[in-house]
This record gives sequence, structure tokens and C-alpha cells, in this order.
Amino acid sequence: MADYDTHDYDVIVIGAGGAGLRAAIEAEERGLRTALVCKSLLGKAHTVMAEGGVAAAMGNVYPEDNWEVHFRDTMRGGKMLNNWRMAQLHAQESPDRVRELERWGALFDRTEDGRILQRDFGGHRFARLAHVGDRTGLELIRTLQQKAVSLGIDVFMECKILRLLPDAEGRISGAVGYMRPTGEVVAFTAKSFVLATGSIGKSWKYTSNSWESVGDGHAMAIWAGADVIDMECVQFHPTGMVWPLSVRGLLVTEGVRGDGGVLRNSEGKRFMFDYVADMFRAETAETEEEADGWYDDHANNRRTPDLLPRDEVARAINSEVKAGRGSPHGGVFLDIASRRSSEYIRRRLPSMYHQFMELAGVDITAVPMEVGPTCHYMMGGVRVDADTAAATVPGLFAAGEVAGGMHGANRLGGNSLSDLIVFGRRAGIGAADYAEGRAGSPSVDAAEIGAVIDEVYAPFGREDGRNPYDVQHELQETMQALVGIIRTGSELEEALGKLEDFKEQTSKLSVKGGRVYNPGWNLATDLPSMITTSIAVTQGALHRKESRGGHTREDFPGPDSELGKVNFVQRQTAERGYLAPISVNPEPLLEMPPKLRALLEEGS
Amino acid sequence: MAENQRAGEANHADVTMRLWRGDPSGGEFTDYVVPAVEGEVVLDVIHRIQGTVAPDLACRWNCKAGKCGSCSAEINGLPRLLCMTRMDTLPPGAPVTVAPMKAFPIIRDLVTDVSFNFEVAKTIPAFQPGPEPEGGYRMAQVDVERGQEFRKCIECFMCQDVCHVIRDHEENKPKYAGPRFFIRLAELEMHPLDVNDRRELARQGAGLGMCNITKCCTEVCPEHIKITDNAIIPMKERVVDAHYDPVAWLGRKILRRTKKTAPEASAG
Repeated sequence: MADYDTHDYDVIVIGAGGAGLRAAIEAEERGLRTALVCKSLLGKAHTVMAEGGVAAAMGNVYPEDNWEVHFRDTMRGGKMLNNWRMAQLHAQESPDRVRELERWGALFDRTEDGRILQRDFGGHRFARLAHVGDRTGLELIRTLQQKAVSLGIDVFMECKILRLLPDAEGRISGAVGYMRPTGEVVAFTAKSFVLATGSIGKSWKYTSNSWESVGDGHAMAIWAGADVIDMECVQFHPTGMVWPLSVRGLLVTEGVRGDGGVLRNSEGKRFMFDYVADMFRAETAETEEEADGWYDDHANNRRTPDLLPRDEVARAINSEVKAGRGSPHGGVFLDIASRRSSEYIRRRLPSMYHQFMELAGVDITAVPMEVGPTCHYMMGGVRVDADTAAATVPGLFAAGEVAGGMHGANRLGGNSLSDLIVFGRRAGIGAADYAEGRAGSPSVDAAEIGAVIDEVYAPFGREDGRNPYDVQHELQETMQALVGIIRTGSELEEALGKLEDFKEQTSKLSVKGGRVYNPGWNLATDLPSMITTSIAVTQGALHRKESRGGHTREDFPGPDSELGKVNFVQRQTAERGYLAPISVNPEPLLEMPPKLRALLEEGS
Repeated sequence: MAENQRAGEANHADVTMRLWRGDPSGGEFTDYVVPAVEGEVVLDVIHRIQGTVAPDLACRWNCKAGKCGSCSAEINGLPRLLCMTRMDTLPPGAPVTVAPMKAFPIIRDLVTDVSFNFEVAKTIPAFQPGPEPEGGYRMAQVDVERGQEFRKCIECFMCQDVCHVIRDHEENKPKYAGPRFFIRLAELEMHPLDVNDRRELARQGAGLGMCNITKCCTEVCPEHIKITDNAIIPMKERVVDAHYDPVAWLGRKILRRTKKTAPEASAG
């Protein structure tokens, strides 16, 4: 067995996007020995991709906004599948977390009277997103990164964690992985661990997610025996780029629509007026005149249907393309050029302007963009306690995209950045409390580490296995074709069969070259996570025989009120790991207090 | 030059990618001939090579959208982001040369050890706001925009790579923070709420005086930040004011300015 370094801390945070950074800051400020472990360089995590803003009911633009309205919007957007307590804490605490970012150096755009400016976004009744042009995620991650550096938090960069390890009592006490620049195995022990590993979106062909989003945290939690919920709830963002093919899936911010852009089909028609679900009819404009009036006067006009929640818009675009009214490259048109001045577009949407100009040769101030749905966000994830972010196995905490429950069946735009800072902080507190209350030094079984080492280096010794790139490619084609935006039972069954084959192939991969910064080998070590999360998504989708939020079943096109009362909970019990089965069981949602339930009825 | 290798099927138009392969002990350029595909960027072509003939080709990347600054390299001799350089903007018919950033130690192939930058970041005294008034801070848009320009920085470190104070002079690194951190210092110095004074740090510890304003950094910035004009030159002026103006010096001594000097700021 190879030699390896072991590092011991009180709290270890895996993942250094917004949630991981915020959790580590909290634990470090409590005086605990804290380390951040991240798969890329510090400051490169997927949070930098967030564009539109961070949702917080600060009431700077509309004084009538408050946490109760934000709570209501979040629950309705999530089609009531949300963990109500998470939605409540999120709505109540996000304004303080935004102000905290400002105290740490963030420079948000301002109102006329010098306060933080807020912009309109889909599903939010009032202009609510604090923002910095269309690069809010960069501002958030850089602010948290600089705060973390100033606190002197230890950071292990370009370190891939493979497995969480329990002690003899079943408490998560260790983690094992490898340093990408050397390929050497490294082990960590700590009194508590926070998962903040982000998404799973790289298992689809067209995705806004980077190579990192392979579901490491979701998978490691399952392999550690933790519950995951709502895995069928994957968000397809309505507006990804569709051309050129090489950038297909790249995100086009909802801020384009928040700032006046509208969707049109090949006939030039604003088709979203034809796709207003009953649930949103009362609050949505019926005519173009009313919709256009809404941007400047929310009191006397109802909102444009272009800003319905993302699941609604994505399905509408899908239907238009299917009906033959799509754009030349298989999307629809997103038009802001004919509606706002060139100067306004370049000031409000500088990243989008450059993205289209440099990658597609399209000037968005002159012509419409072509856009279509792209795999974007994972609502489902590790089942956590709302207040402490504790998972269902002791010593493990989760925050951000890897945690489930906050967003229910569909996330509203802007609620992700706020989720990161609200629950990142709470996970930091939860993990710190747990670490302080835990006696003795954490210890793990060296034989388990040895088994992980043997497995991770095994592909170097095989001659005749498959190329990991080929398996990944086929997995992405499968998930795109069979577990995409519109699903049906027979295709989901077919996908599960193929995923079984991918399991087999992944246990027999071959890789070339050495251990030092070897992307082929690194991908081979990502595939188990991709397979476990893909299976969980497909199983959840098969069990949820209804359409709700991001989960749409062609064979069950409407919502089912009974299924709306349960989460599908998945877990591994006896056997663990990506080759072992995962059970699926419906369990009732948390009971919502009547006072909060009453808020949901208002204005609906 | 290593042997030619083919990636993918032949096409009516092929391109030759001349990629540097090697490690700290040395390396060489290897040619890969790949079919041209409409609309691709350099990173797409590298990914196709990885997926077929060279799965161990080391290349750092993340967002593939010009937002994270991971995939910096030198394309035909110039620092560029691999993900934002379209193949059809490069000279047709000629090989496309891709090498790692020269100013940083090689890890493998196109990946360099950029830890120098993370070490410098630790030496910058943190943002420190003044007391918060009732109802929160107020700032005018025009005042935040100066800092926002610098906060567009995606930390691709290409300005560091191209800066000849460190590009060809390893010995200067311990006393020179480089353009990325000059804009960080400028951003903090111009932040409407910050009360630290980093001018002395800029002059002494960060080596601002060693920059001789050749604007190479500004030219390569993918975010089009006017590093030299809007950050370095104003910082040089402020440092000069603080250091050589006897009236300002006397004023500081007598009036006990609220802004701390950098050593004080570092201390707490």
C-alpha cells in the first residue's frame, strides 16, 4: 500500500464555492482548526458562473417586499415540495447575509439614494436581486475568498476527495482523496465534515455546468449511508446558448429578461402568453402592453410571462421547438436588441454582450439571441436539518447545491446565491457545534483507506478496459436523451438498464500515462460519482409518477396531490458504493405551521 | 518535434495543433492534426485531442465561458484564455502553437504552478470598513464603479505572466506583487468604505516602483481592465504624494489620520 500524508483538523469543508467558503469562514471565526479542500484552484468554483444576482427581501426598490413574500414566492416556485423551514430561514436571513458581504468588501450596484440596487427576476414578485451587473457570482466568491484568505484558513487546492470514512461508532471522521498536481493520495481526519460540492450537471450533454459538477458530494453522501431527497428534480434553465455547437448549453442569464428581453418564436410571436399555468394566471399580464408596462410600474401592471419560473419557461420553449416554430439552430429567439438601447444593454449585461460577441460573433445589441434549455441546477440532494444543515449520518453537514429541500421541485433564479450564504453559514455553525461537542480524536480504519487507494490506482494497471472519455460521452448522451427535460416511464427504464452497463464498464477502465495532473485518470475517478447520481435521478424520476417543477413526465402530465405530499428518499443501507443498489422510498414532507401556510394562500 | 498524431476523422479542413508537452525536467512541442469544426475555440480542440489520442494531456480549465480564468496559456506566443480564443480568429493554414504560461513553474504540459499569486494574496491587508451608520452604508454608483472595474478581474494571471519584471526575472518575485495585485491594492485604496492605507505597502513590499508602465498587462487582460491607466498610475501618484510631500507628511504626524499605514493594518 502506498504512503500518504494525513492532515487533522476540527472541521473540514469539501468544496470552495460560495457555500463552502461561507461555512469555513464561520468555523474558523469560532476558533476551530478549519481547512477547505477544493477540486480546482481557489476562486474558480462554479459560483463564479452565477450572473443575475442574490435574492434578498431588502425592500430597497420596493419597500413593500419582506421575507414573507419571498417565502411565498420560493414555495410556489418550488411547487410546495420545499422544506418549509429552509425556505423560511432563507427568506428571513438572506438580507443580513447580503449586508455582511458588503461589510466584507463587496461592491453591489446602487440605487439613486446609494443603497444596494435590486433587479427583477423570474418568480419573484418584487425586484429583489442584489447584483453587480451580470457577474454577481464572481463578486460573491471573490469577497468570500478574500475574507477566507484574510482569516488564514488552510486551503488544499486541486484535491479530489473520493470517499468519506466513518469511525467505529459511525460518525464521519475522515476523508480520502488525491492531489491532482501530484496524483498522490491524501487523507484527512476531522471531528466534522461539511459537503459543499455543488452540482451533478456534467452527466448531461447540454449543460451550463463545468467538468467539476459530477456529483461528488451527492455520491459520497449516499455511499456514507446518508439520505438524499428529490433527486428527480433537476432544473433545465430555459436560456442556454444553442450555437455554435461547442458552446451549446452555456448560460444566458435570466437578467436579460429581467431587464426587458422577451422570448419570440420563428413567427416573431411572444409565445409565453400562451403558456401561463393556472397557478400563475392571477399575477401574470395578459397583453403585451400590460407586460411592457410592468417593468416600470409593478403596482398597476402584472408581470410579463417571460419571467415565469424556469420550469414553466423551459417547457414552453421545448414545446415551441417541437411544434416547428424554433430558431435555425433549434432554439427560440431572446430579443433585447429591439427593446432596449445599445448603451443600456452593454451596461446592464456586459458579460452577455462579450459572451455572444466573442463566442458566437453575435451582437446582442443589434440582433436577437438564439436560446434553448440547458441542464443547470440540482434541486435534490443531501437531506439536511434546516437549522443545523446536519445530514442523516452523524458528523456530516451539507450546504448549497449538494443539499436538498430548500428549492423543492424548482429553484427560483437568485435563490441559489442566497442559499449559499444563508446555509453555508448555518452549516459552519452546525459543524463547529458538533466538533466542539465531540470528545476524543477522530480515527478511521487504515484498511478502508488502503482499499480506496487500490481502487483509485487500478485503472493504470489495466490493459484492455475502456477509455473513460468514451464512457462519459455515452453516459451524457444517455442522460440527455432519456432523462432530460421531458421524461417517460419506458425511457427511464431503458436509461436504468444502460446505467447498469456503465457501472460494469467503470469498474474496468484503463488509463494511459502517469499520476501527475492526468485528466484521463481524473475523469476515471469522477465516473463513479456520475453513475451513482445518474441512477438516483433516474430512479427518483421513475417513482415520481406526476409532473412537478423541474420534473416533467409525458406519461403523467399533471401534478398528483398525493405525490405532492412526499419526498422520494434514496439511501444505501447494507451494501455501499457505486456498484451497490440504492433504495427509494416515499416519506411525508415536514408539516408546515398554519401561520406559514396562510402566507401561501395570499394573492394566489 | 515529436511525431504527428491524428485525433478524430479526417475532414476537408484539418488544423495542426502544436502543443507543448513535458514536465519540470523538460519537454517539447508535439503536433496533433485534427479536423476543423465551425465555431470552436482552442479549448474545444484540446478537449477533442484529450478524448481521443492523448487522454493524459494536462490542461487546466473550468467554466469554459471566460468567467473563471483557469485556462490561461500562450497561444502563438501570446497569453490568451483557451476558452475564449476562437480557432477562426487565428491565421488559417498555420499550426496553432499552445504553450504553458512562461512566468510560472511547469507542473505538466499546459498546466503551471500559479501558487505565487495565492501567496501574494495573503500579504494584502484585508478590506476594513469604517463604522456602519444607522440604516446601512450608502455609496453612489459612480463611486463603486471605480472599484467594480478592478473587481471584474477573473484571476487568470495572464497580466502576471506577461509582466517582464517577473516573466524573465525569477529573482524579482519576492519583492514584486505584480499587476493583478496592483489593481487589488487600487481597488481597496479607492473603495468608498475602506479605512486602511496601503500606500506604504504598495511602495515597499509590493514593489510598485519597479513597474515601468509598458502596459503589457493591460493589453492581455481578457476583462479589458485598464490596469496601467486606472490602477497602476493613480497608485504611483498616491504613493508619491504620501511619500514625498512634506506638508502631507507633517499633516499625518499632527492630525493622526484615520487611515492606518500598511504595517499597522497588517498587525490588526
